Amino acid sequence: MSGKHTGSRKAGLSNDDIGPETRLELYRLQVEIRDCEKRANDLFFQNLIKGTSHLSLGQEAIAAGVAMAMQPGDKSFCTYRGHAHTLARGVPMEQVLGELMLRDVGLMRGKGGSMHLTSVEHGVMGSYAIIGAHLPIACGSAWRAQYLGQKDVSVCFFGDGTTNIGAFHEALNFAAIWKLPVVFICENNLYMEYTPIGDVTAVEHPAADRASAYGLERIVVDGNDADVVYRTAQAAFVKARDGGGPSLIECMTYRHSGHSRADPAKYRPEGELEKWLERDPVKIYRERLREFGISEAEITAIDAESKRKVEAATELCKASPPAPAELLTTDVYADGGWSWRN
Amino acid sequence: MAELTYRDAVARAIAQEMERDENVVFLGEDVAKAGGVFKSTVGLYEKFGPRRVRDTPISEQAILGAAMGAAMTGLRPIAEIMFADFVAVCFDYIANEFPKLRYMTNGQLGCPLVVRTGNGGGARFGAQHSQSIENWTMMIPGLKVVAPSSPVDVIGLMAAAVRDDNPVIFHEHKSLYAVKGEVPDGEIIDTLGTAKILRPGKDATILALALMVPRALAAAETLAAEHGIDCEVIDVRSLVPLDTATILASVAKTGRLFTVEENPRLCGWGAEIASIVADEAFWDLDGPIVRITTPHIPLPAADHLEDLALPNAPRIVEKISRVMNGSKR
Repeated sequence: MSGKHTGSRKAGLSNDDIGPETRLELYRLQVEIRDCEKRANDLFFQNLIKGTSHLSLGQEAIAAGVAMAMQPGDKSFCTYRGHAHTLARGVPMEQVLGELMLRDVGLMRGKGGSMHLTSVEHGVMGSYAIIGAHLPIACGSAWRAQYLGQKDVSVCFFGDGTTNIGAFHEALNFAAIWKLPVVFICENNLYMEYTPIGDVTAVEHPAADRASAYGLERIVVDGNDADVVYRTAQAAFVKARDGGGPSLIECMTYRHSGHSRADPAKYRPEGELEKWLERDPVKIYRERLREFGISEAEITAIDAESKRKVEAATELCKASPPAPAELLTTDVYADGGWSWRN
Repeated sequence: MAELTYRDAVARAIAQEMERDENVVFLGEDVAKAGGVFKSTVGLYEKFGPRRVRDTPISEQAILGAAMGAAMTGLRPIAEIMFADFVAVCFDYIANEFPKLRYMTNGQLGCPLVVRTGNGGGARFGAQHSQSIENWTMMIPGLKVVAPSSPVDVIGLMAAAVRDDNPVIFHEHKSLYAVKGEVPDGEIIDTLGTAKILRPGKDATILALALMVPRALAAAETLAAEHGIDCEVIDVRSLVPLDTATILASVAKTGRLFTVEENPRLCGWGAEIASIVADEAFWDLDGPIVRITTPHIPLPAADHLEDLALPNAPRIVEKISRVMNGSKR
């Protein structure tokens, strides 16, 4: 998903602090994530994706906004709900869908699966499926940057449910006392898995209301507005790069689908989804582009290109063979094999 | 050549590797300014400074998670988990994160780090500060597991662990910290996955690890002097990789196998070795494989009870002499 969109511009757009180039990129990322996630959902029902999968439908603005604010070399640490964050760093769709389909074309050739998307060359340093585990890991990456005098920032995405596990609190304290260049992004989609986060959390904002305990600023933003996310992330990255230490950003959003493939999300009160669909990030952003005078033609061109990419990726994945049998025992140890005895 | 304690060997090993490689860093609770609760890291903070030798909060998950994040992006961290029992509060990293990373990412990422931990009993610390947990770590694909019994092995195996590109769990034995041994001058580097024959013998093979090694050696002397049984004592040293070649060759020679294990009986490390020997050397055996272990109990604090629980030289002598004389039990 690399390469900036270019096209005709109406006068005056460049006066905005984000600007038309970045805005079109933000839109493109959101649309492509949306279309790719929808395709993942369809492929499940065709039994072409096995196991489980956790979609980010409705949460695209966060992955897109943060990724646009990141620089090459910055590191992403994702969760099992990590397709969006992986795509947003520029990983080709066929490598993501291919991994979901457990084909040889997948990012890890099917050895990791949907919950462990990793693409080191794009700065995606893994997707972690044990809640909270990657917050300390992101701290370690940030410690390395600080130790070696490197300027990259480590960015850690997680859900609201993560704020109630011990590793969240250990990591925040650790990052704060060592002043690490790490940015924690909490995607508060209102449900830990099936249970409303408010039913199981002592404070209203599960991440932000804990920030003060670690000497951090309380930040809650509209996670469905990519502009807001982008600006907030930019400020946090500048602070981290300047040696100002970590940030914790709580982005309010909503999951359009259930927790995972197995979850039809019947626990949601009537009308809640509909209310949030009105605040759909892709819809909001399409309106935003129009407000800034970007032409319908440019918008529909992005929409069409996204659909074309999804189709092409799907066909490529369907044609890809499954992972070869010899991969079963490779890369258990650093010598490339699995030998535990002589 | 100098005489060094096992405790001082730990600090010397870490210093040797930190001097060699600027990317080696060290973190843990009370390890820097205080020099470690077992005084095994004294002087490192003074020598290498607060940038490379770092005190952490009591946050075992943060310690191991941070070590992993640093390891996968270019550093070579050594992390201390003060008591091995505390591995249970950060077991996610030991079981799910370190050892799966390379496999799940199809080799894109690795985790070259060392977790040092104070393992084992004998210090009257009770059930939550005395366990031998080497078998907890042995069962996980992707880890390497080491447990030295002497000062020179502490240095050589630590150096090998730091230079290894895999996550290595390094079990130091708390009751060995005060033990002294001869250590050559200069750089010491050993090889993971190698057992050491400490006492050659022809009648029976005894496998031991860490604190059980000096006890097995003492038992072998008594067995020779009082029972006429000439035992070969092997210090296993490395559970993963496992030096099965040395073990199988010894069994082929002696025809008898005993293990002396501090971990509780069920699924102790000797069970796996017994299974390998039964599979691959059954026709070399002249009698049953016998495991001498801590019983399947939590460890008591009371000194006389703890002494009854852990295998010791008299118990090893008693068991081996009876079995070798044809008694079934």
